[in-house]
Amino acid sequence: MIHEPSTLAIAVFLVFVAATLGLSTYLGKKAKSSAGYFAAHGQIPWFVNGVAFAGDYLSAASFLGICGMIAFYGYDGFLYSIGYLAGWVVALFVVAEPMKRLGKFTFADALNARFNSPGIKLAAGVSTLAVSVFYLIPQMVGAGVLVQPLLGLPHWAGVVLVGAVVIFIVVTAGMVSTTWVQFIKGSLLVVFSTVLTALILARGFYVMPGAADETQTVVKQADGQVLVNGQPRGTGPSESQLNPVGHISRLPGDVEKTGPLGPLEFFRVLQQSEVVLYSSETTRSADGTTTTTYSPKPTPGSRILRPGEHPTFKGIRSDKLFDKLNFISLMFALFCGTASLPHILIRYYTVKNEAAARKSTIVGIACIGFFYVLTLYMGLGAMTSGALDVTDSNMAAPLLARSFSELLFAVISAIAFTTVLGTVSGLILASAGAVTHDLLESSGAVHLSDHERVRLAKIASVGVGTVAIVLGILFKELNVSYLVGWAFSVAASANLPALVMLLFWTGTTRQGIIAAVIVGMASSLAWILLSGETFEKVYGLSASDALVPFSQPGIVTIPLGFATLIAVSLATRERAQS
Amino acid sequence: MFVSTRNSRIGLMLFAIYLVLYGGFVLLAAFSPQTMEATPLAGVNLAIWYGFGLIVAAILLALVYGWACRASERGPSAADGARHNFAPKTPHDHRRDGARPVPGGSEGGSP
Repeated sequence: MIHEPSTLAIAVFLVFVAATLGLSTYLGKKAKSSAGYFAAHGQIPWFVNGVAFAGDYLSAASFLGICGMIAFYGYDGFLYSIGYLAGWVVALFVVAEPMKRLGKFTFADALNARFNSPGIKLAAGVSTLAVSVFYLIPQMVGAGVLVQPLLGLPHWAGVVLVGAVVIFIVVTAGMVSTTWVQFIKGSLLVVFSTVLTALILARGFYVMPGAADETQTVVKQADGQVLVNGQPRGTGPSESQLNPVGHISRLPGDVEKTGPLGPLEFFRVLQQSEVVLYSSETTRSADGTTTTTYSPKPTPGSRILRPGEHPTFKGIRSDKLFDKLNFISLMFALFCGTASLPHILIRYYTVKNEAAARKSTIVGIACIGFFYVLTLYMGLGAMTSGALDVTDSNMAAPLLARSFSELLFAVISAIAFTTVLGTVSGLILASAGAVTHDLLESSGAVHLSDHERVRLAKIASVGVGTVAIVLGILFKELNVSYLVGWAFSVAASANLPALVMLLFWTGTTRQGIIAAVIVGMASSLAWILLSGETFEKVYGLSASDALVPFSQPGIVTIPLGFATLIAVSLATRERAQS
Repeated sequence: MFVSTRNSRIGLMLFAIYLVLYGGFVLLAAFSPQTMEATPLAGVNLAIWYGFGLIVAAILLALVYGWACRASERGPSAADGARHNFAPKTPHDHRRDGARPVPGGSEGGSP
């Protein structure tokens, strides 16, 4: 809204996309067999694969979502950073090496290594597909959000553009080019986030002279016209735009500016300052007019740097046990979710052996951990940059860059866009693998030659990509990080119990695995669909009518998956013995 | 097969350490959020110290794991030796490994 497309931004953006596509086509010529298509021949160097992990993992939710959440609410967004990184500990210490040892192309391979059962492949294939699609929606929504201000295109055009480019990448080359795209994107993201953080620290904090703390309004009328602060939206005379917001109203010692700050000094000064945040309220009147009011709210720094201000995390300050459980449940799902995400798991098959799988995970953890430390600086930097758009938290990081220079804005936006491209192509590839390798072939319906298998996977990629485009357009109103939370819960509930028990309990049976995957997936999905948050945000009903006591399923459905696996395994083992 | 069991034992031990750290953070935030507002050091509050601490701990534990596992993969006899000699992941071993072409950068090379 505050941002109009700039020629420089478009030029930089096009260079990025063209370079990505060029690289993809070039590498695509090298991968013809299915081993090359799904697993890059297992020949990706471990360091490259490790940075590619970071590229895969640091999706739109991490870069745009977390920075935005910190910029609008403070510390709470950083809780996601902590949880997302913690999940990697599970991936490295528990899952990485056995995954590499057991599997070939997909997560289902690993689960099925001991039993050779079509049932397991089918269940794991369906869960891979479900989790991937859930994870795809927020990425596509993020793409639309990003392209809107950058290129001045409507939301749907952004989604279609991302979808088309990704389908092209995946269809031309599969895992080889996806990995290299992820490597480049992961490196760029970490490097430019460091640059941004250094600039924030060098700039320090300052009280903005003449910054107006005005209440702003956006009115959407039934006929589709939008009024901003009482005037039609636009840049012309008697038209009006939202003012950029986010500034410090008081610094300790009442100084005007601090000058360059050290990394710890940054927090110490902010702790003692006062920042103007904005709260929003939306009302709908009978004639179909929607009015959203954004009111300034001077907030002490000590409140900004503590957990529990964002609606999702407010529960920790409540007296009710269920509210606290909701928070614990989310943190638990983030912890367990990473090691169950199909597009992360398939990356273990692109390296040569278990040692390489381990080493690339360590590199991944180092890059991702470093990046997540930076999110706190970037988020708080955006909060005080005076450049925020009150209507859209997802744009906080790019707008922060714009407060430094137009070129940096263009580069950061282009990187954010390749971020979405990379994650989406990884997900589509995981889904295509699940469809061809797990669902079609293993069900015994078809027997494919190597060449046919790759062709079928490409057709599946186009199919999944199209579905993702449609869903990305339908769900554009939903918050990006909220949707990613769903994907983590479903992944952890469906996949983790089966994976962990297979590795550590010899009593696990085929039926136990199938039951655990199905029960975990179904129960977590059902819980989400019946939760207060979904009632409120998706169905438009009252949250108090929800059928489950709190919104995050993880703490119930992950143990339920384990319990199901143990119970069914014990039952079926006795039958086998007698 | 032996190397893998040994690696997975180390992995589970490090996992348990991290689980305690992470669990402590989550429970503290859930049941005593006001503790997170205390500023124990350098005027920076506990929420930030603990959060950064968890990220640094994850990276350090990952490096320890990589180091410990590498010691066990220098061949069967070496792995056997490492089994009785678990704690000191000797600088001596490290130096020798550093001469090999591939793993040299794994500890220091990452950002």
